[in-house]
Amino acid sequence: MDQLGLKLLREVQELEFALIELNLYLDTHPDDEAALSTFNKLSTRYAEVRRAYEEQVGPLVNYGHSGPVREPWRWIEEPWPWEIEY
Amino acid sequence: MWLYEKKLEYPVRVGKKDLKMAKYILTQFGGPNGELSAAIRYLSQRYSMPTGRAKGVLTDIGTEELAHWEMIATMIYKLTKGATPEEIRRADLGSTYAIWDKGIFPSDSNGVPWTSAYINTMGDPIADLHEDMAAEQKARATYENLINLTDDVDLQDALKFLREREVVHFQRFGETLDHLQGYMNGKKYF
Repeated sequence: MDQLGLKLLREVQELEFALIELNLYLDTHPDDEAALSTFNKLSTRYAEVRRAYEEQVGPLVNYGHSGPVREPWRWIEEPWPWEIEY
Repeated sequence: MWLYEKKLEYPVRVGKKDLKMAKYILTQFGGPNGELSAAIRYLSQRYSMPTGRAKGVLTDIGTEELAHWEMIATMIYKLTKGATPEEIRRADLGSTYAIWDKGIFPSDSNGVPWTSAYINTMGDPIADLHEDMAAEQKARATYENLINLTDDVDLQDALKFLREREVVHFQRFGETLDHLQGYMNGKKYF
């Protein structure tokens, strides 16, 4: 994966990690409005960064969840996650 | 339904080939306190939870455990990459190679295959949540043992991330237990 791809991947990982953490927190604190607002803000940013990553590298999620794709079918392109050298 | 995201939850780096360390880490792939046990435990228990909150916590943490399972496999993959049969033999891992080559088989570090006997699904929400909290502490202790077994700072970084996740999950399960106790005290159960 090229340097830009790795940089975007890092951003995707950072944002999704914050969203995982907030999701678990909201599961047990569903009335925390500040946490919910942060979740929504990061979720919007996450969608933008994901789009940039997918434009550069290829679809991140299978079964159509990364939206319509161009030719060729890039889902099967290497490296797979365990093969990436950071 | 589950979806696959073609990325790791957190980057896994290793500083050097280390066959013995790969074998030690294998227990978090298919051992009693490993990530497969965690995922199967939580994702099996959620069907007998009485509240949306408890079902949500088990679904979300169970799903995150699958991402951790992938990180563990990645560590093993990278630690053994390019190893020759001679190197494997010198690291005293010939018996593993004889059975599984370099396949990553869900077993503990001694080659004992993964079994659902490592988990339970009691159908009793209070009993299950107590098991889950204990499981997170056992996994935390295992990660501390693994961190002590290596001086590879890159590998330690990913192991420390996984250790910290056990602490957060323990916290969330504790809050879920409190919530369930409140729910069950306020409601007649038949």
